[in-house]
Amino acid sequence: MITDIVTIFQDYWLLLLIGQYPNGPLGGLANTLILSTLSIALAFPVSILMALARLSKWRLLRWPVTVLVYVTRGVPLLMLILWSYFLVPLMTGADVPSFVTMLTTLVIYQGAFLSEVVRGGIVALSHGQMDAAKALGHSYLGAMRFVILPQALYNMIPSILSTFVSTIKDTTLGYVINVPDLTFAASQVNNQLLTQPFQVFLILAVIYYVICWSLTHATHRLERRITRRRAGLSAGRTAHVVAPPVKIATEQP
Amino acid sequence: MSGFDITAILSNPDYVAMLIEGIKMTFVIAIGSWVLAMTLAVLLLALRFSPGRFGNAFVSAYVSYHRNVPTLVQLMLWYFGIFTLLPDWLTFWLSNHNAEAIFAVVGLGLCQAAYFSEDLRSGLRSVSVGQMEAARALGHGYLSAMRYVLMPQGVRNALPPLINHSVSLFKNSSLGIVIGASELTHAVKEVENLSFRTFEIYVIGTVLYLAFTLLIMAAGAVVTMRTDVSRRARA
Repeated sequence: MITDIVTIFQDYWLLLLIGQYPNGPLGGLANTLILSTLSIALAFPVSILMALARLSKWRLLRWPVTVLVYVTRGVPLLMLILWSYFLVPLMTGADVPSFVTMLTTLVIYQGAFLSEVVRGGIVALSHGQMDAAKALGHSYLGAMRFVILPQALYNMIPSILSTFVSTIKDTTLGYVINVPDLTFAASQVNNQLLTQPFQVFLILAVIYYVICWSLTHATHRLERRITRRRAGLSAGRTAHVVAPPVKIATEQP
Repeated sequence: MSGFDITAILSNPDYVAMLIEGIKMTFVIAIGSWVLAMTLAVLLLALRFSPGRFGNAFVSAYVSYHRNVPTLVQLMLWYFGIFTLLPDWLTFWLSNHNAEAIFAVVGLGLCQAAYFSEDLRSGLRSVSVGQMEAARALGHGYLSAMRYVLMPQGVRNALPPLINHSVSLFKNSSLGIVIGASELTHAVKEVENLSFRTFEIYVIGTVLYLAFTLLIMAAGAVVTMRTDVSRRARA
């Protein structure tokens, strides 16, 4: 059993790493990582805009985004992928690669989840911050940009990282629309071998485990550091007030 | 394809029957794996709190695996991998008893058990140590103190994450389509292929899922409210 696994790994590690790259589209682990990095990088600004829209005083801005967030969170990701697979080519009128379809879906999906985190981070800050910033002559947007968001986003770093981990896990669903990612590569290997599905999928699970575990571990360390730093900062300034634990946890399976 | 016409699907008894079958299967998978997950979660929790380092190490490895490997990959490992390793008679029996649904229940249930047990654990941890000491001082044994004093408080603390994870368990039941379980998403795809009314059937599927998740959330909110002692004390 173990020798089987080693042999499969030796024979197919390149396919698992970059897919059929020089002769075909980039795939495998590289594509999984690119896809998740791109989607989190794009979802982040989207989530800030969505959070600001949800906190806005204009109903025209607040309501559609609230509905979007609720729908995105209430429907399985798979359903959203099917929607994008159907709508994105229809709207752009072009033959869109499945990578782009998956990217669009993930940006909206993770954007909606992150926007709740951003919103939580902003609401968790005391009202005095906004009042003080306004008293100092900032406009609403100026106060957001220079006072509120920098604090809220700093507290959010661990949440963004844990969203990154769940994005990596979510990219596996691209399998349904044939995005050439790690899962896709593994099923290609499986189709070539045919006789050792358990070994192939075990390798797949182990690779995901190693990546996600190390990222989760790094997140926890970072989180502890941020909590300590914030506690240290406020203890230095206000003698006896202990900073409340700033942890806005988001964990999606 | 003509304009948007949702009645074209809803007035066709075949399509409606397919959707109802899909909804049934989704609930079978969701409820089955929920029950399995909750049972396992309590067992894992007991193992976690029992003395001895082995149990604790096993549970943390279990939780770590199920939280760090994508649910879809776990399902694939079960259905495409472990299924082939089983003895012949079992494979035969499973194939005759809707193996796809069974593996969806097993895969999702085992995966979600990790989340549930962690939720329960952090709920229990936020009950103060004094509660246990007081219960023991009043003559409760360890198990009865757990059952009558600590667990009720722990579960109450754990309710919000438990509800969230129940909702995501329900949503994850859609992953069954990948291993061929004929649940709601599968039914939606099937109706799409037959009717070519993609937009309409997706709207129906989305509304159904949304309605069910909102229903679960509402049920969760009711349970949370009913069990909120601070409210009861005030009333």
